[in-house]
Amino acid sequence: MSAMKNMVAWIDDRFPLTKVWNEHLAQYYAPKNFNFWYFMGSLAMLVLVNQILTGVWLAMMYKPDATLAFGSVEYIMRDVDWGWLIRYMHSTGASAFFIVIYLHMFRGLIYGSYRKPRELLWLIGVVIYVVMMATAFMGYLLPWGQMSYWGAQVIINLFSAVPVVGEELGVWIRGDYVISDVTLNRFFALHFLLPFLLAAIVFIHIVALHKVGSNNPDGIEIKKGPKGNRWSDTAPADGIPFHPYYSVKDIVGVAGFLFLFAAVIFYWPEMGGYFLEHPNFEPANPLKTPEHIAPVWYFTPFYAILRAVPSMAGSAFPGVIAMFASIIMFFLLPWLDRSPVKSIRYKGPIFKAWIAIFVVVFLVLGWLGTQPATPGKTLLAQICTALYFAFFLLMPIYSKMDKTKPVPERVTK
Amino acid sequence: MSAEGVDLKKRRFLTAATSVVGAVGAGYVIYPFLASWAPSEKAKAAGAPVEADISALEPGQLMRVKWRGKPVWIVNRTEKNIADLPSLDPKLVDPTSEVPQQPEYCKNPTRSIKPRYLVAIGICTHLGCSPTYRPDVAPADLGPEWVGGFFCPCHGSRFDLAARVFKGVPAPTNLVIPPHQYLSDNVLLIGEDGGAS
Repeated sequence: MSAMKNMVAWIDDRFPLTKVWNEHLAQYYAPKNFNFWYFMGSLAMLVLVNQILTGVWLAMMYKPDATLAFGSVEYIMRDVDWGWLIRYMHSTGASAFFIVIYLHMFRGLIYGSYRKPRELLWLIGVVIYVVMMATAFMGYLLPWGQMSYWGAQVIINLFSAVPVVGEELGVWIRGDYVISDVTLNRFFALHFLLPFLLAAIVFIHIVALHKVGSNNPDGIEIKKGPKGNRWSDTAPADGIPFHPYYSVKDIVGVAGFLFLFAAVIFYWPEMGGYFLEHPNFEPANPLKTPEHIAPVWYFTPFYAILRAVPSMAGSAFPGVIAMFASIIMFFLLPWLDRSPVKSIRYKGPIFKAWIAIFVVVFLVLGWLGTQPATPGKTLLAQICTALYFAFFLLMPIYSKMDKTKPVPERVTK
Repeated sequence: MSAEGVDLKKRRFLTAATSVVGAVGAGYVIYPFLASWAPSEKAKAAGAPVEADISALEPGQLMRVKWRGKPVWIVNRTEKNIADLPSLDPKLVDPTSEVPQQPEYCKNPTRSIKPRYLVAIGICTHLGCSPTYRPDVAPADLGPEWVGGFFCPCHGSRFDLAARVFKGVPAPTNLVIPPHQYLSDNVLLIGEDGGAS
């Protein structure tokens, strides 16, 4: 035996190195028909690593203090060698994370990756999405610009709109009667902590994935199909080892992604005010709200839903409920879809139409959330909000009555 | 170990009892962590009243002072502004200020101590943005019926010049009038009213 083999054998006696490698990479059989959409999971992990790495570096130079925070970000941008690059990698990374995750979720939506036996896998994924939103929200306060301040003011006041306990809840979250140094300090600590929690939940997400196996564009369970392939007589015939086939394929995805990511960082880091909003180049001023405030683009669909619902019985709470309900819909999805098939490839025209409506409605709501409220736009937001909820809540009916196509036994190309 | 003579019932009871005591202990430990998020003594003490000199405030002008970290507006209303107020009543949610968003001495048609001066906390009762002062009459964006007031840029809530909310906007109630008093003709004390409320 060679020295290398001896070394691995020594470790294997003490730690399941070869076993883990085989179970999760070399002998983990993934369906052979993955397409473009299957890049997003590995890209999401890449962006998470980017966020943690650049974030830790920023924390070495940033000051979580209301009198120093804004200045310390300018110091990073102007005086620290390469500070601008690290900061732009972090701020662009936040938007990239949401783009990749939205595409990843859309993949799950069209191919039915939330259906049995992957309900828990999907739920863990939605938890990741919610924790991501909390992390991004807290991170946005840290530069202590006008949009940081007033954005946080609006979001924390969502909790204050809760009847009876709301006012105290808002004060408790802020640690003060207004957003202040205390709030900034604790948001910094939580913004540092949550990404590590995210990494842990991502690990659990993958454990769940490897238990049930990956879905695929045909929505066929390869574990239930015929057995035997080039590598193993017992593995699914339609499976190929994740490593080297998909590990190498993912590298192509990474290269393509980094190409676009670098282009944004170097040429459009503010993305016309969508990735970094213009009022945030002005220090926080508690006495003056900017002329027009809007959250960062990845929150705008939910923000539009919040604004679409008028206050009722002297309380802004109904809008807040609608906004939280719009996110809770994702948790219910596995039990709303009653179609006999998983993938959109074999679903009927009604389901396809509803998916198309949902995509349009989500994009329109996202655009409306960036716009000032006018009566016409509020009406459009109300129509879109109704359609958004109809997509989910009517799904048990239309997914059942839809005319589906027969699903082949083996995966197609 | 042999399972003979093991009292499973007693064992289950002891396991449950230990879990309960442990959970109570964990509850006690969590409390200081949650309680430390409440406003500190320092934050509570920062609510001192502030003085404002209004001698230079021309009719139609607005000035802002900071009280408890929040913007407080002082508006010197014109004769026309004051005359316009009653005509808006049908369009308002709470024209007679029934909801206690003001000290008792400001529960009147102008929501103020002196009709000329409006003193209000400039924080929208919807989600906490600070509305914009829009004294202009019938501007293009606010419509021909606008006679001056406040417009919240965040979610489009509208208030008149007595800080009363219009119907059909997201904000549920009128803006808050803080406790205040006049120390002299031209000096206001915001945050304290000598117990008048």
